Amino acid sequence: MKKTVVTSFFIFVFVVYSLYQYFGTSQKIEYVASSAQTKPSQPTPVVKKTGLYTDGTYTGNVADAYYGNIQVQAIIQNGKITDVQFLQYPSDRNTSIRINNVAMPILKSEAITAQNANVDIVSGATDSSQAFQQSLGGALAQAKNS
Amino acid sequence: MPITVCLADESVTEKIKEEAIKKIFDYFIYVDEKFSTYKEGSEISRINSKEIKENDYSEDMKIVFALSEKTRLETNGYFNILTPEGIFDPSGLVKGWSIYKAAEILSKLGLQNFYIDAGGDIEARGKNEKGEWWSVGIRDPRRADKSQIVKKVSIRNNGMATSGSYIRGQHIYNPYTGRAPLRDIVSITVIGPNVYEADRFATAAFVMGKEGINFIEQLDGFEGYAIDANGIATETSGFNKFTKNI
Repeated sequence: MKKTVVTSFFIFVFVVYSLYQYFGTSQKIEYVASSAQTKPSQPTPVVKKTGLYTDGTYTGNVADAYYGNIQVQAIIQNGKITDVQFLQYPSDRNTSIRINNVAMPILKSEAITAQNANVDIVSGATDSSQAFQQSLGGALAQAKNS
Repeated sequence: MPITVCLADESVTEKIKEEAIKKIFDYFIYVDEKFSTYKEGSEISRINSKEIKENDYSEDMKIVFALSEKTRLETNGYFNILTPEGIFDPSGLVKGWSIYKAAEILSKLGLQNFYIDAGGDIEARGKNEKGEWWSVGIRDPRRADKSQIVKKVSIRNNGMATSGSYIRGQHIYNPYTGRAPLRDIVSITVIGPNVYEADRFATAAFVMGKEGINFIEQLDGFEGYAIDANGIATETSGFNKFTKNI
Protein backbone atom coordinates (compact mmCIF):
# COMPACT_ATOMS: atom_id res chain seq x y z
CA MET A 1 0.00 0.00 0.00
CA LYS A 2 2.78 2.34 0.99
CA LYS A 3 4.72 1.49 -2.16
CA THR A 4 1.66 2.31 -4.23
CA VAL A 5 1.27 5.61 -2.43
CA VAL A 6 4.91 6.49 -2.94
CA THR A 7 4.83 5.37 -6.55
CA SER A 8 1.61 7.28 -7.14
CA PHE A 9 3.18 10.33 -5.60
CA PHE A 10 6.16 10.14 -7.95
CA ILE A 11 3.91 9.54 -10.92
CA PHE A 12 1.82 12.47 -9.75
CA VAL A 13 4.89 14.68 -9.49
CA PHE A 14 6.24 13.52 -12.82
CA VAL A 15 2.93 14.03 -14.60
CA VAL A 16 2.37 17.41 -13.02
CA TYR A 17 5.91 18.41 -13.99
CA SER A 18 5.37 17.14 -17.53
CA LEU A 19 2.08 18.94 -17.82
CA TYR A 20 3.64 22.08 -16.39
CA GLN A 21 6.36 21.94 -19.01
CA TYR A 22 3.94 21.24 -21.78
CA PHE A 23 1.12 23.55 -20.89
CA GLY A 24 2.82 26.19 -18.88
CA THR A 25 1.32 27.47 -15.71
CA SER A 26 -2.24 27.65 -16.97
CA GLN A 27 -4.62 25.72 -14.78
CA LYS A 28 -7.11 25.11 -17.58
CA ILE A 29 -6.09 22.92 -20.45
CA GLU A 30 -7.58 24.23 -23.65
CA TYR A 31 -7.18 22.63 -26.99
CA VAL A 32 -8.44 25.59 -28.98
CA ALA A 33 -5.66 28.03 -29.74
CA SER A 34 -7.21 31.44 -29.66
CA SER A 35 -6.30 33.78 -32.46
CA ALA A 36 -5.09 36.33 -29.94
CA GLN A 37 -2.19 34.11 -29.08
CA THR A 38 -0.97 33.29 -32.59
CA LYS A 39 1.25 35.61 -34.55
CA PRO A 40 -0.49 37.25 -37.48
CA SER A 41 1.78 35.50 -39.96
CA GLN A 42 0.89 32.03 -38.74
CA PRO A 43 -2.20 30.30 -39.95
CA THR A 44 -4.88 29.89 -37.31
CA PRO A 45 -5.49 26.23 -36.54
CA VAL A 46 -8.78 25.02 -37.89
CA VAL A 47 -10.95 23.56 -35.20
CA LYS A 48 -13.80 21.38 -36.32
CA LYS A 49 -16.93 21.66 -34.33
CA THR A 50 -19.40 19.31 -35.88
CA GLY A 51 -20.88 17.67 -32.83
CA LEU A 52 -21.30 18.11 -29.18
CA TYR A 53 -17.61 18.39 -28.48
CA THR A 54 -14.76 20.30 -30.02
CA ASP A 55 -12.25 18.05 -31.76
CA GLY A 56 -8.97 17.39 -30.12
CA THR A 57 -7.41 15.69 -27.21
CA TYR A 58 -8.04 17.10 -23.86
CA THR A 59 -6.40 15.94 -20.74
CA GLY A 60 -7.71 16.71 -17.35
CA ASN A 61 -5.24 17.90 -14.81
CA VAL A 62 -4.10 15.21 -12.45
CA ALA A 63 -6.78 15.55 -9.87
CA ASP A 64 -5.65 16.96 -6.61
CA ALA A 65 -4.58 14.14 -4.33
CA TYR A 66 -7.23 15.24 -1.90
CA TYR A 67 -9.91 13.87 -4.18
CA GLY A 68 -7.90 10.95 -5.46
CA ASN A 69 -5.66 10.33 -8.40
CA ILE A 70 -7.53 10.43 -11.59
CA GLN A 71 -6.56 11.84 -14.88
CA VAL A 72 -8.69 11.38 -17.89
CA GLN A 73 -7.81 11.98 -21.44
CA ALA A 74 -10.55 12.09 -23.97
CA ILE A 75 -9.93 12.06 -27.66
CA ILE A 76 -12.54 13.74 -29.74
CA GLN A 77 -12.88 13.24 -33.44
CA ASN A 78 -15.61 14.57 -35.65
CA GLY A 79 -17.29 16.06 -32.67
CA LYS A 80 -17.59 12.83 -30.76
CA ILE A 81 -15.55 11.28 -28.02
CA THR A 82 -13.90 8.31 -29.68
CA ASP A 83 -11.67 7.25 -26.88
CA VAL A 84 -11.24 7.84 -23.23
CA GLN A 85 -7.96 6.96 -21.65
CA PHE A 86 -7.44 6.79 -17.98
CA LEU A 87 -3.90 7.93 -17.41
CA GLN A 88 -4.41 7.41 -13.72
CA TYR A 89 -7.41 5.56 -12.49
CA PRO A 90 -7.85 4.45 -8.93
CA SER A 91 -9.13 1.00 -9.72
CA ASP A 92 -7.02 -2.05 -9.26
CA ARG A 93 -9.15 -4.15 -11.52
CA ASN A 94 -9.86 -3.99 -15.16
CA THR A 95 -13.46 -3.89 -16.02
CA SER A 96 -13.35 -6.25 -18.89
CA ILE A 97 -16.62 -6.26 -20.62
CA ARG A 98 -17.51 -9.31 -22.57
CA ILE A 99 -20.72 -8.80 -24.40
CA ASN A 100 -20.82 -11.79 -26.63
CA ASN A 101 -23.19 -14.37 -27.86
CA VAL A 102 -22.20 -17.38 -25.84
CA ALA A 103 -25.09 -19.26 -24.38
CA MET A 104 -26.15 -17.80 -21.07
CA PRO A 105 -26.10 -20.09 -18.07
CA ILE A 106 -29.49 -20.64 -16.46
CA LEU A 107 -29.51 -18.23 -13.56
CA LYS A 108 -30.91 -19.19 -10.20
CA SER A 109 -34.27 -17.74 -9.30
CA GLU A 110 -36.18 -17.64 -6.05
CA ALA A 111 -39.29 -16.09 -4.65
CA ILE A 112 -38.27 -13.30 -2.34
CA THR A 113 -39.20 -13.71 1.32
CA ALA A 114 -38.88 -11.43 4.28
CA GLN A 115 -35.67 -11.79 6.27
CA ASN A 116 -34.93 -10.52 9.73
CA ALA A 117 -33.37 -7.09 9.61
CA ASN A 118 -30.26 -7.98 11.58
CA VAL A 119 -27.78 -6.26 9.27
CA ASP A 120 -25.30 -3.39 9.41
CA ILE A 121 -26.65 -1.58 6.39
CA VAL A 122 -29.76 -1.58 4.23
CA SER A 123 -29.39 -1.16 0.49
CA GLY A 124 -32.06 -0.13 -1.87
CA ALA A 125 -33.17 2.67 -4.07
CA THR A 126 -34.50 4.54 -1.06
CA ASP A 127 -34.51 7.54 -3.25
CA SER A 128 -33.83 8.12 -6.88
CA SER A 129 -30.66 9.86 -7.91
CA GLN A 130 -32.78 12.94 -8.37
CA ALA A 131 -33.86 12.83 -4.78
CA PHE A 132 -30.24 12.39 -3.80
CA GLN A 133 -29.63 15.74 -5.38
CA GLN A 134 -32.77 17.33 -4.04
CA SER A 135 -32.24 16.51 -0.46
CA LEU A 136 -28.48 16.52 -0.29
CA GLY A 137 -28.41 20.12 0.81
CA GLY A 138 -30.37 19.26 3.89
CA ALA A 139 -29.02 15.82 4.30
CA LEU A 140 -29.49 14.26 7.61
CA ALA A 141 -26.08 13.09 8.55
CA GLN A 142 -25.63 10.31 10.92
CA ALA A 143 -22.06 9.72 11.72
CA LYS A 144 -21.64 6.67 13.79
CA ASN A 145 -18.28 6.39 15.41
CA SER A 146 -17.76 2.86 16.44
CA MET B 1 -32.30 11.07 2.37
CA PRO B 2 -29.73 10.22 4.95
CA ILE B 3 -26.07 9.84 4.35
CA THR B 4 -24.73 7.39 6.88
CA VAL B 5 -21.08 7.00 7.58
CA CYS B 6 -19.73 4.41 9.95
CA LEU B 7 -16.08 4.46 10.90
CA ALA B 8 -15.02 1.21 12.49
CA ASP B 9 -11.27 1.73 12.81
CA GLU B 10 -10.31 1.23 16.42
CA SER B 11 -6.84 2.68 16.20
CA VAL B 12 -7.91 6.02 14.73
CA THR B 13 -8.42 8.94 17.09
CA GLU B 14 -11.75 10.70 17.55
CA LYS B 15 -10.17 13.88 16.29
CA ILE B 16 -9.23 12.31 12.98
CA LYS B 17 -12.64 10.69 12.66
CA GLU B 18 -14.35 14.04 13.17
CA GLU B 19 -12.07 15.66 10.65
CA ALA B 20 -12.82 12.85 8.22
CA ILE B 21 -16.58 13.20 8.57
CA LYS B 22 -16.39 16.93 8.07
CA LYS B 23 -14.23 16.56 4.96
CA ILE B 24 -16.55 14.15 3.24
CA PHE B 25 -19.69 16.09 4.02
CA ASP B 26 -18.03 19.21 2.66
CA TYR B 27 -17.23 17.16 -0.40
CA PHE B 28 -20.85 16.03 -0.84
CA ILE B 29 -22.00 19.63 -0.59
CA TYR B 30 -19.46 20.55 -3.28
CA VAL B 31 -20.82 17.74 -5.49
CA ASP B 32 -24.38 18.86 -4.95
CA GLU B 33 -23.62 22.43 -5.86
CA LYS B 34 -21.91 21.39 -9.04
CA PHE B 35 -24.07 18.53 -10.28
CA SER B 36 -27.57 19.13 -8.99
CA THR B 37 -30.01 19.66 -11.84
CA TYR B 38 -32.36 21.08 -9.21
CA LYS B 39 -30.10 24.02 -8.52
CA GLU B 40 -30.30 26.78 -11.11
CA GLY B 41 -26.82 28.03 -10.38
CA SER B 42 -25.12 24.63 -10.48
CA GLU B 43 -22.57 24.02 -13.17
CA ILE B 44 -24.71 21.31 -14.77
CA SER B 45 -27.73 23.61 -14.92
CA ARG B 46 -25.64 26.31 -16.51
CA ILE B 47 -24.35 23.82 -19.00
CA ASN B 48 -27.91 22.80 -19.83
CA SER B 49 -28.92 26.41 -20.28
CA LYS B 50 -25.95 26.80 -22.64
CA GLU B 51 -24.25 29.33 -20.41
CA ILE B 52 -21.12 27.23 -20.22
CA LYS B 53 -19.35 25.76 -23.25
CA GLU B 54 -17.61 22.39 -23.36
CA ASN B 55 -14.10 23.82 -23.23
CA ASP B 56 -14.97 25.68 -20.06
CA TYR B 57 -16.26 22.74 -18.09
CA SER B 58 -14.57 22.34 -14.74
CA GLU B 59 -12.17 19.42 -14.31
CA ASP B 60 -14.65 17.32 -12.37
CA MET B 61 -17.35 18.01 -14.94
CA LYS B 62 -15.03 16.93 -17.76
CA ILE B 63 -14.23 13.77 -15.84
CA VAL B 64 -17.92 12.99 -15.30
CA PHE B 65 -18.72 13.58 -18.96
CA ALA B 66 -15.81 11.39 -20.03
CA LEU B 67 -16.79 8.62 -17.62
CA SER B 68 -20.38 8.91 -18.82
CA GLU B 69 -19.32 8.52 -22.41
CA LYS B 70 -17.18 5.53 -21.51
CA THR B 71 -20.15 3.99 -19.71
CA ARG B 72 -22.46 4.70 -22.63
CA LEU B 73 -20.14 2.82 -24.96
CA GLU B 74 -19.69 -0.04 -22.52
CA THR B 75 -23.43 -0.53 -22.05
CA ASN B 76 -24.45 -0.39 -25.70
CA GLY B 77 -26.03 2.97 -25.13
CA TYR B 78 -28.31 1.87 -22.30
CA PHE B 79 -26.55 4.29 -20.02
CA ASN B 80 -26.90 7.79 -21.38
CA ILE B 81 -26.76 11.05 -19.47
CA LEU B 82 -28.60 12.83 -22.26
CA THR B 83 -32.25 12.60 -21.31
CA PRO B 84 -35.15 12.26 -23.77
CA GLU B 85 -35.83 15.93 -23.06
CA GLY B 86 -32.44 16.86 -24.43
CA ILE B 87 -30.72 17.95 -21.22
CA PHE B 88 -27.79 16.37 -19.46
CA ASP B 89 -28.49 14.57 -16.20
CA PRO B 90 -25.43 12.70 -14.99
CA SER B 91 -26.92 11.77 -11.63
CA GLY B 92 -26.94 8.05 -12.48
CA LEU B 93 -23.16 8.17 -12.44
CA VAL B 94 -22.38 11.07 -10.13
CA LYS B 95 -24.00 9.40 -7.14
CA GLY B 96 -21.76 6.33 -7.11
CA TRP B 97 -18.77 8.32 -8.30
CA SER B 98 -19.02 10.87 -5.50
CA ILE B 99 -19.50 8.24 -2.82
CA TYR B 100 -16.41 6.50 -4.16
CA LYS B 101 -14.44 9.74 -4.09
CA ALA B 102 -15.58 10.35 -0.53
CA ALA B 103 -14.37 6.88 0.41
CA GLU B 104 -11.01 7.72 -1.11
CA ILE B 105 -10.87 10.80 1.12
CA LEU B 106 -11.39 8.58 4.14
CA SER B 107 -8.81 6.11 2.90
CA LYS B 108 -6.24 8.84 2.49
CA LEU B 109 -6.82 9.90 6.07
CA GLY B 110 -5.83 6.41 7.13
CA LEU B 111 -9.25 4.87 7.63
CA GLN B 112 -9.56 1.28 6.46
CA ASN B 113 -12.75 -0.02 8.00
CA PHE B 114 -15.85 1.95 7.17
CA TYR B 115 -18.90 2.27 5.05
CA ILE B 116 -20.61 5.18 3.38
CA ASP B 117 -24.28 4.78 2.57
CA ALA B 118 -25.86 7.55 0.53
CA GLY B 119 -29.40 6.90 -0.60
CA GLY B 120 -28.94 3.15 -0.50
CA ASP B 121 -25.74 3.07 -2.53
CA ILE B 122 -22.87 1.79 -0.48
CA GLU B 123 -19.11 1.71 -0.41
CA ALA B 124 -17.92 -0.71 2.27
CA ARG B 125 -14.29 -1.28 3.14
CA GLY B 126 -12.58 -3.53 5.61
CA LYS B 127 -14.68 -4.95 8.40
CA ASN B 128 -17.28 -3.85 10.90
CA GLU B 129 -16.69 -3.23 14.59
CA LYS B 130 -17.16 -6.94 15.30
CA GLY B 131 -14.38 -7.79 12.87
CA GLU B 132 -16.77 -9.32 10.36
CA TRP B 133 -17.62 -8.48 6.80
CA TRP B 134 -20.21 -5.72 6.49
CA SER B 135 -23.69 -7.19 6.29
CA VAL B 136 -26.20 -5.54 3.99
CA GLY B 137 -29.89 -6.15 3.57
CA ILE B 138 -31.59 -5.67 0.21
CA ARG B 139 -34.92 -3.97 0.67
CA ASP B 140 -38.20 -5.43 -0.41
CA PRO B 141 -38.93 -3.37 -3.50
CA ARG B 142 -42.66 -3.72 -3.03
CA ARG B 143 -42.69 -2.01 0.33
CA ALA B 144 -42.25 1.62 1.18
CA ASP B 145 -40.63 1.13 4.55
CA LYS B 146 -36.99 0.40 4.93
CA SER B 147 -37.33 -2.25 7.58
CA GLN B 148 -38.35 -5.12 5.32
CA ILE B 149 -35.45 -6.87 3.70
CA VAL B 150 -35.56 -9.85 1.39
CA LYS B 151 -31.93 -10.78 1.01
CA LYS B 152 -28.82 -10.48 3.12
CA VAL B 153 -25.30 -10.28 1.80
CA SER B 154 -21.92 -9.70 3.36
CA ILE B 155 -19.36 -7.60 1.58
CA ARG B 156 -15.86 -6.34 2.13
CA ASN B 157 -14.04 -3.83 -0.10
CA ASN B 158 -17.03 -3.70 -2.39
CA GLY B 159 -19.45 -1.22 -3.73
CA MET B 160 -23.14 -2.00 -3.90
CA ALA B 161 -25.81 -0.10 -5.75
CA THR B 162 -29.47 -0.70 -6.30
CA SER B 163 -31.42 0.79 -9.17
CA GLY B 164 -35.14 0.59 -8.98
CA SER B 165 -38.43 2.16 -9.82
CA TYR B 166 -40.57 1.61 -6.79
CA ILE B 167 -39.92 4.68 -4.72
CA ARG B 168 -40.58 7.63 -6.94
CA GLY B 169 -42.07 5.87 -9.89
CA GLN B 170 -40.34 6.00 -13.19
CA HIS B 171 -37.42 8.33 -12.86
CA ILE B 172 -35.35 6.23 -15.17
CA TYR B 173 -35.64 6.37 -18.92
CA ASN B 174 -34.62 4.00 -21.63
CA PRO B 175 -32.46 5.93 -24.09
CA TYR B 176 -33.96 3.86 -26.86
CA THR B 177 -37.64 4.19 -25.97
CA GLY B 178 -37.79 7.39 -23.96
CA ARG B 179 -39.99 7.66 -20.93
CA ALA B 180 -42.18 4.64 -21.65
CA PRO B 181 -42.69 2.89 -18.32
CA LEU B 182 -40.26 0.15 -17.39
CA ARG B 183 -42.29 -2.56 -15.76
CA ASP B 184 -40.66 -5.94 -15.86
CA ILE B 185 -37.86 -5.52 -13.31
CA VAL B 186 -38.59 -3.59 -10.14
CA SER B 187 -35.07 -3.40 -8.79
CA ILE B 188 -31.59 -4.66 -9.53
CA THR B 189 -28.75 -4.70 -7.04
CA VAL B 190 -25.19 -4.81 -8.31
CA ILE B 191 -22.11 -5.62 -6.24
CA GLY B 192 -18.77 -4.66 -7.72
CA PRO B 193 -15.25 -3.59 -6.83
CA ASN B 194 -16.44 -0.13 -5.81
CA VAL B 195 -19.67 1.85 -5.70
CA TYR B 196 -18.83 3.98 -8.76
CA GLU B 197 -18.66 0.83 -10.89
CA ALA B 198 -21.66 -0.77 -9.23
CA ASP B 199 -23.82 2.33 -9.64
CA ARG B 200 -23.14 2.99 -13.30
CA PHE B 201 -23.80 -0.61 -14.25
CA ALA B 202 -26.83 -0.92 -12.00
CA THR B 203 -28.29 2.14 -13.69
CA ALA B 204 -27.75 0.64 -17.15
CA ALA B 205 -28.82 -2.85 -16.12
CA PHE B 206 -32.10 -1.62 -14.71
CA VAL B 207 -32.93 0.11 -17.98
CA MET B 208 -32.24 -3.14 -19.84
CA GLY B 209 -35.15 -4.77 -18.03
CA LYS B 210 -35.06 -8.55 -17.97
CA GLU B 211 -31.79 -8.59 -19.90
CA GLY B 212 -30.06 -6.53 -17.23
CA ILE B 213 -29.14 -9.48 -15.03
CA ASN B 214 -27.59 -11.22 -18.06
CA PHE B 215 -25.54 -8.12 -18.73
CA ILE B 216 -24.22 -8.21 -15.16
CA GLU B 217 -23.58 -11.96 -15.47
CA GLN B 218 -21.27 -11.35 -18.40
CA LEU B 219 -19.41 -8.55 -16.65
CA ASP B 220 -16.16 -9.68 -15.01
CA GLY B 221 -16.03 -8.81 -11.34
CA PHE B 222 -19.71 -7.96 -10.85
CA GLU B 223 -22.64 -9.86 -9.38
CA GLY B 224 -26.28 -8.94 -9.38
CA TYR B 225 -29.68 -9.65 -7.87
CA ALA B 226 -32.73 -8.57 -9.84
CA ILE B 227 -36.28 -8.60 -8.51
CA ASP B 228 -39.23 -8.60 -10.86
CA ALA B 229 -42.75 -7.31 -10.46
CA ASN B 230 -43.95 -10.75 -9.29
CA GLY B 231 -41.46 -10.93 -6.45
CA ILE B 232 -39.19 -13.39 -8.23
CA ALA B 233 -35.49 -12.70 -7.82
CA THR B 234 -32.77 -13.80 -10.25
CA GLU B 235 -29.14 -13.80 -9.26
CA THR B 236 -25.91 -14.02 -11.21
CA SER B 237 -23.98 -17.28 -10.97
CA GLY B 238 -21.33 -15.88 -8.62
CA PHE B 239 -23.71 -13.99 -6.34
CA ASN B 240 -23.53 -16.68 -3.69
CA LYS B 241 -20.00 -15.61 -2.79
CA PHE B 242 -21.73 -12.76 -0.97
CA THR B 243 -24.38 -14.86 0.70
CA LYS B 244 -22.45 -17.89 1.91
CA ASN B 245 -21.04 -16.14 4.98
CA ILE B 246 -24.47 -15.25 6.33
